[in-house]
Amino acid sequence: MPDRIFTEGNEAICWGAISADCEAYFGYPITPQNEIVEFFAREFPRRGKVFVQTQSEVGSINMLYGALASGARAMTSTSGPGWSLMQETIAAMVNAELPAVIIDVQRGGPGGQPIRHAQQDFLHCVHGGGSGDYKNIVLTPGSAQECCDLTQLAFYLAEFYRNPVIVMSDAIIGQTRETVEVGKLDFGPLPEKDWAANGRCRHNDNKRHFVEHSAGFTPRYESYGAFLEKLDRKISQMQKNEVRYKQYEVDDAELVIIAYGYTSRVAQEAINRARAEGLRVGMIRLLTAWPFPSDLIREKARDCKLLVVEDSLGQMYEAVQCAVQGLTDIYKIGILDRHLPTDGGMILPSKVLEKIRAIFADKGK
Amino acid sequence: MEKIIGRPSLLLPSDELPLAFCPGCQDPIVGRIIAEVLEETDLAEKAVCVLGIGCSSFPGFMLDIDLINGPHGRPPDLATAAKRIYPDNLVFTIQGDGDLLSIGADPLLGALSRGEKITIIMLNNTVYGTTGGQAAPTTLVGQKTATTAEGKDPGRFGYPIHAAEMIATFQGVAYSARGSLHTPANFRQTKKYVKTAFEKQMNNVGLSFVEILVPCPTNWHLSPIKSLKRIEEEMINEFPLGEYKSIEQIEN
Repeated sequence: MPDRIFTEGNEAICWGAISADCEAYFGYPITPQNEIVEFFAREFPRRGKVFVQTQSEVGSINMLYGALASGARAMTSTSGPGWSLMQETIAAMVNAELPAVIIDVQRGGPGGQPIRHAQQDFLHCVHGGGSGDYKNIVLTPGSAQECCDLTQLAFYLAEFYRNPVIVMSDAIIGQTRETVEVGKLDFGPLPEKDWAANGRCRHNDNKRHFVEHSAGFTPRYESYGAFLEKLDRKISQMQKNEVRYKQYEVDDAELVIIAYGYTSRVAQEAINRARAEGLRVGMIRLLTAWPFPSDLIREKARDCKLLVVEDSLGQMYEAVQCAVQGLTDIYKIGILDRHLPTDGGMILPSKVLEKIRAIFADKGK
Repeated sequence: MEKIIGRPSLLLPSDELPLAFCPGCQDPIVGRIIAEVLEETDLAEKAVCVLGIGCSSFPGFMLDIDLINGPHGRPPDLATAAKRIYPDNLVFTIQGDGDLLSIGADPLLGALSRGEKITIIMLNNTVYGTTGGQAAPTTLVGQKTATTAEGKDPGRFGYPIHAAEMIATFQGVAYSARGSLHTPANFRQTKKYVKTAFEKQMNNVGLSFVEILVPCPTNWHLSPIKSLKRIEEEMINEFPLGEYKSIEQIEN
C-alpha cells in the first residue's frame, strides 16, 4: 500500500477502504464516481477480495446487504439517482442492524443534464428516503485526504453502532487531485460479529443465525416496540457523540459561513481574501451533515450573522434555519450564484467574496 | 439400520417461529424436502437460506440453518454476495413467483447473466398469496384473481412466465427443473430435483433452479383436494414438469 500518493478524492476513498480492511465492493457505473468502481474492479480480485459489477444500484445495495449479513466488511458507492434507488434497502439495513458503508458522490439530479457537479443530495442523505424511523451518520469530506480518512471512520462507526454510515462527497472533491497520506487509522476495538448468518459451522454456539429486517416478528426482539426503543437510544447516542466539524477563523468573526465539501474550499479562499480586506469572516465546515452541529451554530448565531454556501437551491440552509431559530440573519449563496448559467458553472470565491462585502456594507448602514 | 421415515431433525418445532400457513397449503412440504435433502447430503452446517417476502418464503423459518431475509424480490442479490463471501457454503433462496419473476426480475436477470453459483427455489401458485390473491406473472389466461375478477385477459395482463424454460436458456445455468407436490410420486421427484440442484452448486457448475407448483386453496377459493386437482388438470398443462437443463460443465 502506498503511503503518500497524488490522487483524486474518489480514489482516496478506495485507499481508505483498503486501509480499513474492506473485503467486498459492489457497484454500478454512474458519473461522477466511476473511478471507484474501476478501482475496485482492478484492485480487489488480485487481492483475493470480492468485486461484483452489479446490474443496478438496487443490485449493489442488496448485495451489500447479503455481504454484511454474512459478516463481511463491505461497501458500495453511487451518485444521486443511484442513491435514490437504494433507499428501500437502506431502511431495511437499519432494521436488520447491518453496518453498511455507502458512498454518495453528489451530482445534480435527477436527469442527465446536470451530471457534472452539485450538492443536491443533502436532504436526501440526511433525511433518507426509506420507510420507518431511522437516522444515518453522514460524513462529508472536504478534501482527498478526508475522503481517505472519513471512509475509514465510516467503517468503524458503522460497526460500532451496527447502523449504515454514509460518506457524502461531491463531484469536485471526487475528481480533484491532491496529496494524500494513506495510513491505517486506529479508532479502537469493535465488537465481534457473533450474529452473522454464514453457516452454522462458523458459529461458536452452532445455533442458527437469522439476519432479518422484521424486528418483532422473530425472536431477535421481544416486539417491534422493543426494537424501536433500542433504535431511539442508538440515534440519541449518535446525535450526542458523533457531531464533527472544523472551525476556520471563527473566534473573532462577525460573519460565519456554514459550508461543506467543495463549496467549503471555495468559501475558505473567499474568507482569506476578505480577511485581507479587514473583514472578520470565519467558517464552520461540516464533517458530519448528520448529526448537524446545531448547538455550535446556535451559539454563534447570538453574536454573528450567518452565510450558507452550498451548490443547491438551499438544502443545508433548512438545517441552519432549524438550528438558529430566528436568532440572526441567514444569508445564502447557492446554485443560482454559479458563474455560468450552464451546468458547467461553479460557485467561485469571487462570488462569495462579493456577498461577504455586501453583508458587511449592509451592516455599516 | 436404514432410516425409512421420520421427522428430519432440521425441522424446528413449530413454536420456534409462528408459521402462518393456511389449511391445504403445500409450502411447508417444501421446507420438509429441503430439510431431508440437507440431512442426507450433510450440508446443513454450511447452508445459508435467503428468503424473500411472502408466504412462499415461510418454509425457511422451519429450518434449523442460517437464514437471511431482506427486501421483497432481492434474494438473488443477497445470495450472490453470501456465496461470493463464502464460496464453500451452500447458498439457496426460497421465493414465490411474484417475488422472483415480478418485483425481483432485476436481481434474477443479474444473477442469471453472471451465472452465480447459487440455487433458486421458486414456488409457483399463480397468485400473490400473502396480499390476498391478486394476479401474478404466472397467473393462467382466464384465471380469476382479486385483480382479474372477470378472468385474466391476456390483451391487458399478458401471458404467464415459464420460469424453468426461460432460465434454462441462460449459458451460466447448470440446472433447471419444474416439479410439483400433488402426489407422493411427484413429491419424491421434486425432492430429487432439489438434491440435484444443490449438487450442481456444490460441484461449482453454475446457477441451479427448481420451480415447484404449489396450491393456494385460500386464494383459489377451492378445497385442498380440489386445489390438487387443479394442479393436475390445469397448471401442469401450462407448466409441464421435468428437467429442462442439467449439465456437468458449462462450455465457454
